[in-house]
This record gives sequence, C-alpha cells and structure tokens, in this order.
Amino acid sequence: MLKIENLNVHYGGIHALRGVNMHIEQGKIISLIGANGAGKSTTLRSIMGLVPKSDGKVIYKGEDITTTPTIKIVKGGISLTPEGRKVFPDLTVKENLLLGAYLRKNKAEIQKDLEWVYELFPRLLEREWQIAATLSGGEQQMLAVGRSLMSRPQLLMMDEPSLGLAPIIVKGIFDIIKQINEAGVSVLLIEQNAKAALEISDYAYVLETGTVVLEGPGKELITNDEVKKAYLGA
Amino acid sequence: MDFIRDNLPYILAGISVGGQYALIAIGYTMVYGILRLINFAHGDMFMIAGLMGVYAVTWMPLYLAIPFVIIFTVVLGFLIERAAYRPLRNAPRMSVMISAIGVSYLLQNLALYVTGGLTKTYPTIPWISSTITVFGATTKVVTVITPILTIALVVLLMILIHKTKIGMAMRAVSRDFETSRLMGIQIDSVISMTFIIGSFLAAVGSILYFSNYTGVMPTAGAMPGLKAFVAAVFGGIGSIPGAVIGAFIIGICENIIKGMGLTTFSDAFTFAFLIIILIVRPSGLFGEKNIDKV
Ligand SMILES: Nc1ncnc2c1ncn2[C@@H]1O[C@H](COP(=O)(O)OP(=O)(O)OP(=O)(O)O)[C@@H](O)[C@H]1O
Ligand SMILES: [Mg+2]
Repeated sequence: MLKIENLNVHYGGIHALRGVNMHIEQGKIISLIGANGAGKSTTLRSIMGLVPKSDGKVIYKGEDITTTPTIKIVKGGISLTPEGRKVFPDLTVKENLLLGAYLRKNKAEIQKDLEWVYELFPRLLEREWQIAATLSGGEQQMLAVGRSLMSRPQLLMMDEPSLGLAPIIVKGIFDIIKQINEAGVSVLLIEQNAKAALEISDYAYVLETGTVVLEGPGKELITNDEVKKAYLGA
Repeated sequence: MDFIRDNLPYILAGISVGGQYALIAIGYTMVYGILRLINFAHGDMFMIAGLMGVYAVTWMPLYLAIPFVIIFTVVLGFLIERAAYRPLRNAPRMSVMISAIGVSYLLQNLALYVTGGLTKTYPTIPWISSTITVFGATTKVVTVITPILTIALVVLLMILIHKTKIGMAMRAVSRDFETSRLMGIQIDSVISMTFIIGSFLAAVGSILYFSNYTGVMPTAGAMPGLKAFVAAVFGGIGSIPGAVIGAFIIGICENIIKGMGLTTFSDAFTFAFLIIILIVRPSGLFGEKNIDKV
C-alpha cells in the first residue's frame, strides 16, 4: 500500500534520514522503533509532505506521492497523529474532531464516524463541549487519535500515541489500535513502548541514525537479542 | 450627570470615531492572530480606500461607487498578501515586517503621485452626512450609525469565526500551521480570507471616517491606523472583542480630552497610553500571555 524507497531528508546540514526503505502492506500493523533522534518522526512527517525530501520516493497505492502537497495526501487517505498530540487547545473536543473530517463533505457519514469515535472513546463524548486545553494528557491523546480517525483514513500513522500515558490507558490505546486495524485500516505505528508495539505488529522496522538496521515480523523481533538489549531493556 | 451632559457631543463623536477605529483595528488583530505579523500597510489600505472613494464618485453614480470602493479594497488587500507576504511564508518574521513597511511606503507614494500631494475632498454621501439631534446634541447621522454598523459587523464576524467551518479553520490555523495542514486545511486560503475580511472592514471604516473628516491625503491613513493599532494592542492583539473595546475606549477618551480644550494633547494621550499598556499589561485586556510580541 505504501512503499518508501531510499528516503533521504536533510535539516540544513543535518542528514536525518539516510536512505530509508520500508513497505507497508494493506491491512497490516507495522511498527517503527528506534532510539531518540533516530529519525522516526521525520520519516512520517516527510511521508505527509511536511518536510521536504532530498532524495528517494514515496509510492502510495501505486502512485508517486513524493512531492504531492499534504492536503492531497490527506485526501488520498493517509492520516498522521502527530507526536505530542497537537490538539487545537482553544477549540472544543467536538470541533477538534470535526476538523479531522475537514475535507469530507457527506454530513451523515461524518456524523456516523463521530459516533464511532465516541464509542471508541466514551470519555470524549462526556467532554464533547469542553475546550481541548482543559483535557488531561490522556484525554488529549484520545482526542488526537479520534481526530485522525475522523478523516476516515486507509492508512493511519501514529507517532507515539502512548507517550506519557498511564499503563492502563496505554493498554486501552493498543486495544483500540487493534480494533481500528480490524476495521480495515492499515496502521504505521511509532512507539517507545517497543514490546507492546512489537506484540501487536505484523511487521516492524528498527531505525538507527536515519537508516533501517533491522526488520522482520514483530514476534520475531521481540526475541531478537539486539532488539532485546537496545529497546526492551532486557 | 453634568459631566455627561456637558460632554455629550464629545462622547458621541468618541463613540463614532471609536467604531471607525474598531473597523480598522480588526484587520490588524486578525492578521496578527494568524501570521503574528503587524501589517503596517493596513492604515495605508484604509487611506487608499478613502482616495478611491474620492475618485470613484467621479466615474460612476454613488450607489455603485460604494460597492466599488469596497471591492477594490478587498482585491487590493488580497493582492498585497499574495505579492508581499506569501512569498515570505517561511522567511524570518523580521523580513515579513520589513516587507509590510515597504508596502506601506509604496501605497503612500502611489497616493502622493496620483494626488500630487493635494488634500482631496471626500464626497458627501446623502443621508449619512446630514445632521440630526440626539439628546439635544447636534451631530451627523454617520456619528450615530457608525457604532451600530460596527457592532452589527462585529457580531456577524464572531458568528463567522465561531459557527462556520471556515471560521473553525481560521481558529485552527491561528494556533498551529502544521497540524492544520494535517487536517487538510489550505493554509494559504485561510490567510487570504483573513486579509479579505480585514480589508472589507477597513473599506467600510474609510467610508464612515472620511464622511466625517472629509479630507483625504496620502498620509491620511497614518493617524487612524496608528490609533487602531494601539486599540488592538490595548485589547490584547489577536483578540477581536479586545480590539473593538479598545477602539471605543480610545475614541471616547480622545474626544473627551478634546472637549476639555486640550486638543493638542489628544494624540499624545493615545501614545502615552500605548506606552503605559506595554509597561503595565503587555498582553492587553484579553490577550494571551506568553505570546511573543514583535
Ligand atoms: N526541524 C528540525 N530542524 C533540525 N533538525 C531536526 C528537526 N527535526 C528533527 N531534527 C533532527 O533530526 C533527527 C531525527 O529527529 P526525529 O524527530 O525524526 O527523531 P525521532 O526518531 O522521532 O526521535 P524521538 O524518539 O525522540 O521522537 C534528530 O537528530 C533531530 O535533532
Ligand atoms: Mg519522534
């Protein structure tokens, strides 16, 4: 569904991505793990067209989207839940969710998805009219994920959705990721919580200083010695 | 009560000019809210709108001239953003400010060239230029309709911003360009929309203002522009209700000072006021704390 070939990104003089190759298959959960500063967020942001690529190609459903503007990529069905939630603080919960559906026209369908998101996150329904800035961190994260879902993505990319959340809520988020995936959405997940991510992933990539150093089915990587040492703290 | 009765003509004039400042101030505050840019050219846009009013009536009947002035100003505001600010979207903010100052001088010099530096007399608009008596004070109709029209336009604007999809997008963009882009919002169109609204209100303001003060010259935008800017800072730049309230307060104070026979000090008052606000409460009445000021 999404193919990344030899992706290179420079921030001024910093060579952040050095030829990343990845393949996200339709209907799968793929995770991307790596140390701080490895280039995980940069990979997702450059797929979305937020960061210019200095070399390489991104192919989505057979189409070259390397230089496609962000708005068209969103329209094409890719959604990014950005690192650090990034909810719109002075808008209400409902307005934030509706912004997720900004490019959609069919009111009835939007309403249906709104109800679906409220079903996934009942807390958001209780707080429908609350200003996003006043939500707790976990609630903001739910809102960020819900907002991404409102675009009805075919590929959902999540940048550290469990960051700063209590273990019980993290578990809830992972359950929901599975649920979203079962609803037919392909998922590309960045996680610090490597064990939990690898457990639910069909396939995973390990990124180190801008290059993929290891890849394989999630269950295999969990037992890999290098991964254990570097990311699972074992 | 005596104070109010004695000063009624000044208070009325103050409310009226306050409404006119408010219509200009909204343009400053909205552009700042989205681009964090003080659009120095805004006061000159207001002057150009005034000048266009002078010329338009010689080209067409009045009922066409008014909409023409408004449309012309809106198009001008849109084009200025396209030509002078959009190419600098990723440039340091200082570059955009310098560009704004450049546009300001460009407009003033164009006006100087066209008018030859002469003060042009603003056309008399029937009805709004006629006189009426309010609570025993004689004044022009424009004095009375300015605050009413201003409030009506502000209410419409608040509905647009808080109840419509484009308004929601404007609020989102003013917070976070990148996340707005991820929602599929076209940042550039939202910014254009902001300039269109600001220019529209400045054009309406110019018609009301120059109907009262009649003389249009190339520097005619400077004073009302500056005062509207002070109003926007006072209200907390970025806040629309703040700018409107600030504008009314400045208009009224200024005219009461004039009423006390201290006309020469009324402008000085406004700027002394600006300095005091910046020292005492830099975020203004309704401003957010912690946003960096230029
Ligand atoms: N806007 C930027 N300007 C300059 N350098 C940047 C920018 N964004 C990221 N970088 C650099 O690029 C490298 C990769 O950053 P990135 O955010 O992709 O890392 P990450 O893998 O997501 O890390 P983390 O786990 O901490 O989120 C880092 O060295 C970072 O300092
Ligand atoms: Mg990151």
